[in-house]
Amino acid sequence: MCDTCGCNLTPGNRTFAYKPVEPGATTVSVLQNLLKKNDDQAAHNRAHFDARGILAVNLMSSPGSGKTALLEATIARLKNEFGIAVIEGDLETENDAMRIRAQGVPAHQIVTGTACHLDAHLVHDALHQMSLEGVDILFIENVGNLVCPASFDLGQHLNVTLLSVTEGDDKPAKYPVMFRAADAMLLTKTDLLAVLDDFDPARAASHLRNLASEAPVMQLSARKGLGMEAWLQWLREQLAAQRARVAIGQSRRPAIQQDGQKLHSASI
Amino acid sequence: MHELSVAQALVEQIDGIVRAHGAEAAASFRVRIGPLSGVVPELLAAAFGLAAAGSAAAQATMELLEAPVRVRCQTCGAETGAAMNRLLCGACGDWHTQLISGDELILESVELRMPVTAAQ
Ligand SMILES: Nc1nc2c(ncn2[C@@H]2O[C@H](COP(=O)(O)OP(=O)(O)OP(=O)(O)O)[C@@H](O)[C@H]2O)c(=O)[nH]1
Ligand SMILES: [Mg+2]
Ligand SMILES: [Zn+2]
Ligand SMILES: [Zn+2]
Ligand SMILES: [Zn+2]
Ligand SMILES: [Zn+2]
Repeated sequence: MCDTCGCNLTPGNRTFAYKPVEPGATTVSVLQNLLKKNDDQAAHNRAHFDARGILAVNLMSSPGSGKTALLEATIARLKNEFGIAVIEGDLETENDAMRIRAQGVPAHQIVTGTACHLDAHLVHDALHQMSLEGVDILFIENVGNLVCPASFDLGQHLNVTLLSVTEGDDKPAKYPVMFRAADAMLLTKTDLLAVLDDFDPARAASHLRNLASEAPVMQLSARKGLGMEAWLQWLREQLAAQRARVAIGQSRRPAIQQDGQKLHSASI
Repeated sequence: MHELSVAQALVEQIDGIVRAHGAEAAASFRVRIGPLSGVVPELLAAAFGLAAAGSAAAQATMELLEAPVRVRCQTCGAETGAAMNRLLCGACGDWHTQLISGDELILESVELRMPVTAAQ
């Protein structure tokens, strides 16, 4: 047994140190997730959130689906009710953080440079550069990308995946890894539905169900303020649920990771 | 190209195991990857070549076990194969299923090259 990685050393050269054994191969069984270091950091981040009773929500979508616009509209409606803070992830520019600050809440911009996703270490660095005093909901706007952000746990409690109606209703079928990770799917820019004849919200929802997902599907337009109430109500319920968990010393990982967790521990 | 991030994490993990066991280097390692992990094995193998340069894993070969996508139906209990974007029960067609294989991203084992001096 090995202290550092919890693996097993198969009986081999070590037991016969004084015998002239052939120097050779020793197979070490590991059975660890390849992203264990990220996952450990994410668990640490989650502990930070839980210690302060904060609900952390990770927003993911392709570039330009309306993540920042949704945050602006959400903050305008909730900032007198809850303490809100935002971590913005972008390849370049402070633009999104500036848009959030203009709404009167703190925002920390992570400029990833070439990295096309946030990881738990980047988020941890950000957490220690911002004040979490009085924060009830922390939104993390991930880098606009429908592929890799889904693979990196940040310590969030919930994943929200946005799909704007201009992208086509087949996206959950084309990007199953991303949409399977969603605890809620938001169909955004619904004010444009009238001019798009080929986006069917029911079809988008059915593609999501085909991923064995029970996640709620909400339709809204941040720009025109349509359908916002269901989303705000969902957030209120999720914050209440987070507070109830924290009160009894429990936490929550995004639904998909709970499955993965069970699966992996079962296979070990 | 998040496979590079995954490859870097993998190299660190293997390096740590090599050091913990006083080995010279890793000769090979075995990973189990399912398509729903979001990692493409070919890209990971290519990225590993870059990430491992100069490390104790530099010469290690990657052995890939591809995990099939399989679901267990919560309605009828059947366990069937599925496509990664249609995780429906193959027996009754219901979408209330649980993934039992297909999202793995696991380092299963590492084969180490032990130092010659241990044998005197
Ligand atoms: N018509 C309409 N346009 C919207 C809506 N929400 C956002 N947009 C527009 O879509 C574009 C992109 O919106 P953003 O909020 O910047 O999108 P994003 O997802 O934050 O983009 P990245 O951070 O770059 O990935 C902007 O021109 C917005 O004005 C909406 O509800 N209706
Ligand atoms: Mg944005
Ligand atoms: Zn070990
Ligand atoms: Zn990436
Ligand atoms: Zn910390
Ligand atoms: Zn069934």
